Amino acid sequence: MPWLTSLLALPLVGLLVLLVIPGTARNFIRLWANAVLLAGLGLALPLWQAFDRTASGYQFVDRMPWIPTLGAQFLLGIDGISLLLVMLTALLGPIAALASWNAIEERTKEFYAMLLLLQFGMLGLFLALDLLLFFVFFEVVLVPMYFLIGIWGGERRLYAAIKFFLYTLAGSVVLLLGIIALYWQGGLQLARPTFELTELLRVQLPVDTQRWLFWAFFVGFAIKVPMVPFHTWLPDAHTEAPTAGSVLLAGVLLKMGTYGFVRLSLPLFPEAAREAAPILAVLSIVAILYGALISLMQQDWKRLVAYSSVSHMGFCTLGLAALNSNGIAGSVLQQINHGISTSLLFLLVGFIYERRHTRQIADFGGLAMVMPRFAFVFAVAVFSSAGLPLLNGFIGEFTILQGAFVVSRAWAGFAVFGIVLGAAYLLWLYQRTMLGDLRNEANRGLADLSPREWVTVLPLLGLALAIGVYPKPWFAVLERPVLEMVGRMGR
Amino acid sequence: MSHFYSDVDHFALLPAILLALFGCAIFLFDFLLGERSRRWQLALVLPGLAFTGWHLWKQGQIAPFTAFHGALTIDAFGLFFNWLFLLTAALVAVISYRYLEIEDEHQGEYYGLVLMAQAGAYFLAVGTELITIFVGLETMSLSFYVLVGFLRRNRRSNEAALKYLILGAFSSGILAYGFSILYGIAGSTYLTDIAMAVAARPAFDPLTLIAILTVSAGILFKISAAPFHMWAPDAYEGAPTAVTAYLAVGSKIASLALLLRLFLGPLGTAREAWDPLLVLAAIASLTVGNLAAVTQTNAKRLLAYSSIAHAGYLLLGLVAGNTTGLQGIAIYTGAYVFMTIGAFLVLMAVHGEEIEDLNGFARRHPGYAVPMVVFLLSLAGLPPTAGFLGKYYIFLALIESGRYWLALVGAAYVAVALFYYFRLVRSMFLLPASVAPRPQASSLGLRVALGATGLVTLGAGIYPEPFLQLAMRSLLK
Repeated sequence: MPWLTSLLALPLVGLLVLLVIPGTARNFIRLWANAVLLAGLGLALPLWQAFDRTASGYQFVDRMPWIPTLGAQFLLGIDGISLLLVMLTALLGPIAALASWNAIEERTKEFYAMLLLLQFGMLGLFLALDLLLFFVFFEVVLVPMYFLIGIWGGERRLYAAIKFFLYTLAGSVVLLLGIIALYWQGGLQLARPTFELTELLRVQLPVDTQRWLFWAFFVGFAIKVPMVPFHTWLPDAHTEAPTAGSVLLAGVLLKMGTYGFVRLSLPLFPEAAREAAPILAVLSIVAILYGALISLMQQDWKRLVAYSSVSHMGFCTLGLAALNSNGIAGSVLQQINHGISTSLLFLLVGFIYERRHTRQIADFGGLAMVMPRFAFVFAVAVFSSAGLPLLNGFIGEFTILQGAFVVSRAWAGFAVFGIVLGAAYLLWLYQRTMLGDLRNEANRGLADLSPREWVTVLPLLGLALAIGVYPKPWFAVLERPVLEMVGRMGR
Repeated sequence: MSHFYSDVDHFALLPAILLALFGCAIFLFDFLLGERSRRWQLALVLPGLAFTGWHLWKQGQIAPFTAFHGALTIDAFGLFFNWLFLLTAALVAVISYRYLEIEDEHQGEYYGLVLMAQAGAYFLAVGTELITIFVGLETMSLSFYVLVGFLRRNRRSNEAALKYLILGAFSSGILAYGFSILYGIAGSTYLTDIAMAVAARPAFDPLTLIAILTVSAGILFKISAAPFHMWAPDAYEGAPTAVTAYLAVGSKIASLALLLRLFLGPLGTAREAWDPLLVLAAIASLTVGNLAAVTQTNAKRLLAYSSIAHAGYLLLGLVAGNTTGLQGIAIYTGAYVFMTIGAFLVLMAVHGEEIEDLNGFARRHPGYAVPMVVFLLSLAGLPPTAGFLGKYYIFLALIESGRYWLALVGAAYVAVALFYYFRLVRSMFLLPASVAPRPQASSLGLRVALGATGLVTLGAGIYPEPFLQLAMRSLLK
């Protein structure tokens, strides 16, 4: 069976088997879901070796007829950009499942069923090369995430769940209209209707049409990223979601928006994208600064991490707005970095919440004394997120700034200020929770990281260090597709 | 056979005759056999529908043809809708018995009336002569007036029936008035003659305009489109849930068939005159239906308002005015049959009408709650479900005809629709049970229908090709 199709089908098959396991066999359900997701990782890892870094276009393409009447195909394939995101998804899936082992006591079967469905949708989105298929996966992830937040979330879960769903849906219906309009234009020019991305890239669109379509796609993706001013769903969803939900939301779901920009908006509508770039850059800088300032104000540990995503995703979109190879390559790598460091932060907040059932920063302080190993991991996560050299965040942000600097010094200047603010709120968070005296007696008996928890954080720690110390292999994967895209953009 | 009633005439009429015969047989058997035989009535409904289906299939072999000098036109369009009526009636018949037993109103007439309504609907899809159409419409409507009030000891059911009867009779009157003007224009009641007469008149001819206004008012009432939707929430809420499903699906798509027959046929040349009217009705239906549904606390009322919104989407397909729009209507109605009946039959199984009654339902009966999520996603129009395809086609048709703003309005209301549909999901999955579980009006027939509607709703979304082929073939032949 073809590689990518198997990779995509695995969580779905796992889900179908899970449905016939009786709900009372909780340990077996957990074991099964973890095994399926781990097997998915095992299937994805060899892609890294087999991937040809010098070839152009898409690799491992699986093509099957799906809806010939509409010209939609079941078409999967990856290039360097989607390879990285697929690997990230394949890695975060099992980590999220393992992190939920003890946290989910109620309705275990449904929980893991939703996790597997979510994994299916996320992988499908990064693999799809057919726009209708892409859109289907864009929507498929909404339902499991709604239930993950709504059933196993925090106190305001009902509100956060529907808010997340409605925001994304409102964006995606506009995206759908854009896709349909592009498909129609393509059908007129290519003399046969098709949703295939590589075919649609050949369509010549007048700038005016491009402009409309670009902004239609923009609404869909900008809400997903989320870019300011569409970001208000994010803090609620991320804060209320269970740890696994937050990890996958921040780690993978947000990347669907930036991936949409990279994969569709920029190459499909190059002229309109060039026009819109300054607006995107301004919105990104506002997101970077505003997200950072709001993070400084937070009293809630998890909410702080959530708002930091607004700021960090601003870097990713800023890199895209630069429209040059440094900017785009840096943006893609920073998406991976954000997936690694923010997932780490959410995992660690989750561990604390499981032990103390509070997330108020004021309830903590001096945790380094009782949980030294936790404090060490948290320090690495904070440094990685703040962009300290030798860790992954630095590489991504630095490359993005290089890209932005060429276009406009002002953009780069504001973004650097954002990095400073980022360091401030993250280090201040570290100081308030980990350092100082152990003020709160309730924290005295806290257990340090368990072996299971170590297993969930170690791969992420290793990756953060690996990317930070030797980023070359990661950029090597991105080189071809990014150069091709920049060539298309005419810069 | 005589000159007045040829073999072809007989062949064209046969499905309606069969339905009426089986309907009357059920009335008779119910009277003769009494209490004991109630469940056996189903054994008469299903063969009746099977015979009807067989003849529809045979008609399909030689379609298109006309009968009664052009009063009936058996074409792909009419057959497509008749197949949908058949499916609807079959689903409604098999899901009802347990519900009616619990309500203590399990009478044989119920099944007879279901078949009679379908016999009337037959003429709405294939009738091409005004009086034939009108008699068909009234046969169907009369059956529905009785069905809505079928819980005769229930005050709300009675109230609903009375409201529906009075307003329905009023709208039929307006429609008949419109028909009389069309007759006045053409001097004939045959649609082909009317088409020629209307085409010969100048654009925005006042007489044609009055005819369009009155005819569309009458039909918009029947498909419960705004601003003639007022009866729908009350009738849907008061009627027995199975009848609500039949009313929301059977009555609506039968009247839709009539709308298409008239507006694409004889009134097709007056498109500039009716186009703005239908655009307004579509926008009003989307707005009223979707916004009013948001605040409902009764699930049946919520679905009633949402069905007003669906009428709006169907009108948009007609407004787009291209082949894609018509394909869109065909696919949308096909999906609508399954997802709407599916949603109502889950409500029937819960045997509760308030949204609160659904609280915690997923914990107790995941086998019903999970398909309900599929139906609701499909009603809202999310992939991968059948409802998405319908909306996809409607949006594509609007974009092709350059009506971007209408497409945007239609798309924006998808998000609103999801909000209220997911209030049901929220109750079922996220909230703990607040009321004591009630008796479930479930039965073998209901479970079979649930499985069938659920499979089609999801299956047509995941692998739509065969369904699209079916819809295209039936319309383009």
